[in-house]
Amino acid sequence: MRVAVLAGGRSLERQVSLRSGARVEDALASLGHDVVQIDPGGDLVRRLKEERPDAAFVALHGPGGEDGTVQELLEILGIPHTGPGVAACVRCMDKVVAKHEIRQAGVATPDWVAFNATAFRELGAADALEDIEGQLGFPLVVKPAAQGSSLGVKFAPSRDEVPEALVAAFSYDDRVLFERYVNGRELAVGVLDTEPLPIVEAIPKQEDFFNFEARYEIGRTTYVCPAELSGEETGAVQDAARRTYEALGCSGFARVDLMLGEDGAPQVLEVNAIPGLTDTSLFPQAAEAAGLSFEELVARILELALARSRESAALPG
Amino acid sequence: MNRPTTTHTRMTRLLALPRTSAHFRGLVTGPEHTSGEPRADGPPAGVPPHRRAHTSARDLERYGALFAGRTRVMRSSAMRDLMAITARPEVISLAGGLPDTASFPPETFAAQMTRIAQESSAEALQYGPTEGFERTKECIGEVMAAEGMYPDADDIIVTTGGQQAIDLVTKTLVDPGDPVICEAPTYPGAVPVFCSYEADTHQVAMDDDGMRVDELEALLDRLARDGRRPKFIYSVPSFQNPTGVTLSEERRRRLVELAREREVLVVEDNPYGLLRYEGEPRPPLYQLDGGDYVIYLGTFSKILSPGIRLGWCVAPPPVMEKIVLGKQAADLCTSTLTQYFVSEYFSEGRWRDYVDSLTTIYRERRDAMLDALDRHFPPQAEWSRPDGGLFLWATLPPYIDTGDLLAKALRDDVAFVPGVAAYVDARDSSSMRLNFSASPPDVIREGIRRIGRVVWEQVALYETITGEHRVAPPTEAETSEMDATGGEVLPLRRREGSGDEAGR
Repeated sequence: MRVAVLAGGRSLERQVSLRSGARVEDALASLGHDVVQIDPGGDLVRRLKEERPDAAFVALHGPGGEDGTVQELLEILGIPHTGPGVAACVRCMDKVVAKHEIRQAGVATPDWVAFNATAFRELGAADALEDIEGQLGFPLVVKPAAQGSSLGVKFAPSRDEVPEALVAAFSYDDRVLFERYVNGRELAVGVLDTEPLPIVEAIPKQEDFFNFEARYEIGRTTYVCPAELSGEETGAVQDAARRTYEALGCSGFARVDLMLGEDGAPQVLEVNAIPGLTDTSLFPQAAEAAGLSFEELVARILELALARSRESAALPG
Repeated sequence: MNRPTTTHTRMTRLLALPRTSAHFRGLVTGPEHTSGEPRADGPPAGVPPHRRAHTSARDLERYGALFAGRTRVMRSSAMRDLMAITARPEVISLAGGLPDTASFPPETFAAQMTRIAQESSAEALQYGPTEGFERTKECIGEVMAAEGMYPDADDIIVTTGGQQAIDLVTKTLVDPGDPVICEAPTYPGAVPVFCSYEADTHQVAMDDDGMRVDELEALLDRLARDGRRPKFIYSVPSFQNPTGVTLSEERRRRLVELAREREVLVVEDNPYGLLRYEGEPRPPLYQLDGGDYVIYLGTFSKILSPGIRLGWCVAPPPVMEKIVLGKQAADLCTSTLTQYFVSEYFSEGRWRDYVDSLTTIYRERRDAMLDALDRHFPPQAEWSRPDGGLFLWATLPPYIDTGDLLAKALRDDVAFVPGVAAYVDARDSSSMRLNFSASPPDVIREGIRRIGRVVWEQVALYETITGEHRVAPPTEAETSEMDATGGEVLPLRRREGSGDEAGR
């Protein structure tokens, strides 16, 4: 089968995407597929029309690739593609929309307040900061709404750090959210075709605790998979992940990041519609813990994409 | 079936190269291969490429435990990924440190290389002495004489670029935990060297006259009280990378005096000394000291070509002996071929003319950048006004992190180096290094205009959030009016879809 691997793109996560894509290409090649490599740019549609792939493996991360833009084009061209459809991408990429959906589905997510830059510039949102701080408490987490990676995510330990954290977060997006900080264990759950994989726990080194960017460096964070959790905790965490996946309409695969609070209750932070597939990424690690090699994982994701495309073709209208 | 094309394009991608780029503007590049044809050195048809078994995250965790402490770097991988994006062809990059090699006459290059091939082919293709050829040292003598230095040829070793000279000196002198002193900020390329030899690096603040020698003295006192003596003081005294600042003559004299009094070595790194655009030359530390306590590092990179990888180190004989051993271990000898090229080139006697032509080009570019900064940066920003070199240093209000700002700037297709790379302790995250040697004046003006706009936005946002006094940024109309009066702002291709993204 002729499979186009879409990797690279223009987002800040370009390099991660290239690493995911390179690994996927190798896996597809060793599965015997004819691999076409496409780095989406101005010529994306032309390339797709020329190459006429039977399917597209979307290994893009961040805005442009994970937000539904590329998926929309693939759907117009009738090319089956891996990962979620347009609507799910849109929901996952925007952390605020995702949190609304998650809460609606009855899954816990930390309290939050979201603002865009206009609210500050034109509506005097600065005057509401005190109320927000009162509601959410400190430390406060400040995040850009639409950035997939940890870039721009800041802790504000006290009121003095809030303006600086806001300026940083607004560097990545025109909308940011304040989120109540959950003290607890940091977990990631890969979901493959609605089935949760073994849970990964990230244990940051103490000195990097408040530095999100450093926490994804090899040797600076220890990952444990499967995480050492009680049967009850594992059940609660996997259930929260599956319900989140379904609520957002994900398909194929996704990774749900959550915190296991000190009270033993999981709280979902965000969903990665197209999780990283690099050598160090968590999703392949979880698949491996479930006994699935990377090749098998890639084969399965591709299979799910084709099945979904057949299903939607069979539907009337 | 797998197509062999995948492999080479993939290798290109692993090197973070823009595959469609016709020319290079960023930090990293290399030869490009853009056609769809299999490369001659690719695997034969039917052989699956790249059989390296992929490592799993767990394997990497295992390796993680094996890494030496010296491999730990300050910059996060997220930041490295961000810097890789600056190499996109549509990005105006003020991030690199590239000299303008386009102004070197290709016919001169061709003639020299032809003569070498015709007259000295076998020798030029052979190994050479570890210390370098005598003829190369004569060229080095000429360059140093132009700044009033006359070292003994035996004190010189030819190195693979100035960067290797920094590495060799550090390797020779520094044991793990040994104190090393440098400027704050310092040359970003020196930071990984000091880290990799596990030096205990101390940075001394700078002002408009260069390193604060009084603070250096206080630091030496503090170290002495703990019974410690730094192995060396590393300084780029002229048109420093990254600030562009030059050490005053008074401080130069005091620094050299201090080195003698305290018996501490000074490593003078002087890649830019001859690239002066105004003002009187300052005496190099090596000249003031006579070479007893000053180790001198030079390079052909900025006066001829960085591609030839030729630099040098001048050190007292006992130190030199050890450096030679280190060089032997590292790479046996510096490229014979490029040493021949330099000898040929210098034998024509026109190298000063080329430096003069570079000076003219860079002066105009520096002026364009300073002018654009005046127009487009908010009053809350400050920047240096270098008399030479390739860089200037802009400092923004402390609430702006230039790493985050770079992410925003990249949405407008413009890049700079966040200042944090110039510190071992990430103490200042609100500065940026701007290069003016690699782009023509119009591109520089447009790049600064774009950076200025994102800085204005962040300043205005901060002031809105904190309720501080508000300085209104210039409107687009005002900006273009300024451009119109200043003229010459090219309508460079704007990023497609940037409008959408702004609304994201």
